[in-house]
Amino acid sequence: MAIKVLVAKPGLDGHDRGAKVVARALRDAGFEVIYTGIRLTPEQIAEAALQDDVQVVALSLLSGAHNTLFPKVVELLKAKGLKDVLVLGGGVIPDADIPGLKAAGIKEVFTPGTPTTAIVDCIKANVAK
Amino acid sequence: MSKETLKKGLEGYNAKYDKAVAKFPERAAFKRQRVYTPLDIPEDWDYETKLGFPGEYPFTRGVQPTMYRGRLWTMRAYAGFSTAEESNKRYKLLLEKGQTGLSVAFDLPTQIGLDSDSQLSAGEVGKVGVAIDSLADMEQLFDGIDLSKVSTSMTINGPAAVLLAMYVAVAEKQGVKPEQLKGTIQNDVLKEYIARGTYIFPPRPSMRLVTDTFAYCSKNIPHWNTISVGAYHIREAGSSEIQEVAFAFACAIAYIDAAIKAGQKVDDFAPGISWIFTAGLDFFFEISKFRAARRLWARIMKERYGATVPKAQMLRVHVHTAGSVLTAQQPMNNVARITWQAMSAVLGGIQSMACCAYDEALALPTEESATLALRTQQLIANESGCADTIDPMAGSYLVEKLTDDIEAQAYEYIKKIDEMGGAVAAIEKGYMQGEMAAHAYEYQREIETGKRVVVGVNKYADNKKAPEGDVLTADLTVADRQIKKVNAMKAKRDQKAVDAALAKLKVACEGTENLMPYLIEAAKTYATLGEICGVMREVFGEYQQGGNNF
Repeated sequence: MAIKVLVAKPGLDGHDRGAKVVARALRDAGFEVIYTGIRLTPEQIAEAALQDDVQVVALSLLSGAHNTLFPKVVELLKAKGLKDVLVLGGGVIPDADIPGLKAAGIKEVFTPGTPTTAIVDCIKANVAK
Repeated sequence: MSKETLKKGLEGYNAKYDKAVAKFPERAAFKRQRVYTPLDIPEDWDYETKLGFPGEYPFTRGVQPTMYRGRLWTMRAYAGFSTAEESNKRYKLLLEKGQTGLSVAFDLPTQIGLDSDSQLSAGEVGKVGVAIDSLADMEQLFDGIDLSKVSTSMTINGPAAVLLAMYVAVAEKQGVKPEQLKGTIQNDVLKEYIARGTYIFPPRPSMRLVTDTFAYCSKNIPHWNTISVGAYHIREAGSSEIQEVAFAFACAIAYIDAAIKAGQKVDDFAPGISWIFTAGLDFFFEISKFRAARRLWARIMKERYGATVPKAQMLRVHVHTAGSVLTAQQPMNNVARITWQAMSAVLGGIQSMACCAYDEALALPTEESATLALRTQQLIANESGCADTIDPMAGSYLVEKLTDDIEAQAYEYIKKIDEMGGAVAAIEKGYMQGEMAAHAYEYQREIETGKRVVVGVNKYADNKKAPEGDVLTADLTVADRQIKKVNAMKAKRDQKAVDAALAKLKVACEGTENLMPYLIEAAKTYATLGEICGVMREVFGEYQQGGNNF
């Protein structure tokens, strides 16, 4: 069974070039990928993760609202009993914010210049088949 | 040298050196020859029809007769963050440093027509721009700035008509008449559905708001640019270089068709159409792109629409240098990238420009990096000589050939979109979105396979971290302060006047009248942006993007 990944954009940010590139790269790497489209609330993302039974939620945000919205998604996933879902983050995220995001349950944060292979490797290393 | 001798000479040259340079990497999607000669220029190439003089049809050499000798381009810096007071301080600082026009960045809730206290605004207030909830914020934003003197460009699309209404209301309070106002609203909603994402309403009512601003401004604010068609965002969202021109032109054609259908005359409203393009890394391509775009647009306006007023035929361009090619790694490299991007725009004859700040891949620009972005333009204008001669690259075999090719290829794309039923139909089919996503992925693959070199990222990389602590972080208390401010404002305003204005607006939305006067009236009562857009949402509905299109 292919690993199932939800690529999602929380909040109001419409910059989805990166999210779509990552979605394609993950699909080409053999994962089953669902992309939510832009402007979703954390609630909608957690609900989609539950409905689609995904193992990974990859969040993309370039607006600077990551400290509010990424932890909120993790919290809601937990509330829905999805404790084992791997949550990743990406976007224009200052280094100073990364420790806080990791402490909030974001396993890894990918910033500009990251090759897509790094994201693929991270998922393979962290999701048990 | 005769053509025959030249041809023979070139064949000899190619035969001799083809093997020697066979491994030269093709960096650009737009292929280049090793050398260009008069053979690349068609036999029937005619100076008058292809170029003409500056300020004359088809405007290949520029839209003004004297270009930068008469007046330099307008230098802007895209700025806005946190609250209106904070942004007002930054504007005053930039004006003091010699900036000649303002470029307002709004936060995402404002761009989507939400108030700061909306649940959906959580985490986003004051982040990517300034939070504007009502006329009270606009008054603070432009406090002490004479709106009869400054030209203001506002990056606002879905609720552009509402922000323009607030601007008119602020001006009136300053004693400035609408006809004295100069500036631009972006107002290009179609590209929001495909590239930028700050749509509110479905395409049809959105198009009505656009054509209403066209009609209102052509009568009342004649110096206002009623739209800035966003080629920039299409390219930044991943399109190819040719698609940047073609897709934006297709969107503009859709607006023009809609305005004509609404009974407006092209010579009346088309002078208000302006453009925003990117300046990317491919130096000679970018120079040629601006020339080709001006010529193609002039031809479309004259031949397709019968525009006779020169300003209705002119492609007047604001450039924002490309942000997506800037790197978080070795960020100072971006200073150099931005400089040659800006030079290509100046050599290409643009009217207005904002340079990225070198630290944009890390965070919002600091005061220092924003100043350097402005200084970069001032250096090019005053020290490089790039502004001294009009269209200085004309006559270069390479540049003329590229100009011809870009024009021809963009035109082919436009024909294709025409055959699909125009930009709106192409967007509904997901055609542009699909093309852009495919190209963006291809571009990323080129970087990852090393085919496209990005200095400091996939070549000459070092593991040094960018210096910490000198990036601007948005103030976390902004949202709280902004919400308190809105509540205090609401307690003071005349609620009856607000309700009455909103009720009138609703009736107007249900009918076919021009909405601008109703929006101005509502803005003056201090109705909030969220309340005004809320009324329109009730009547027009909201657009929802589907997922899985990647």
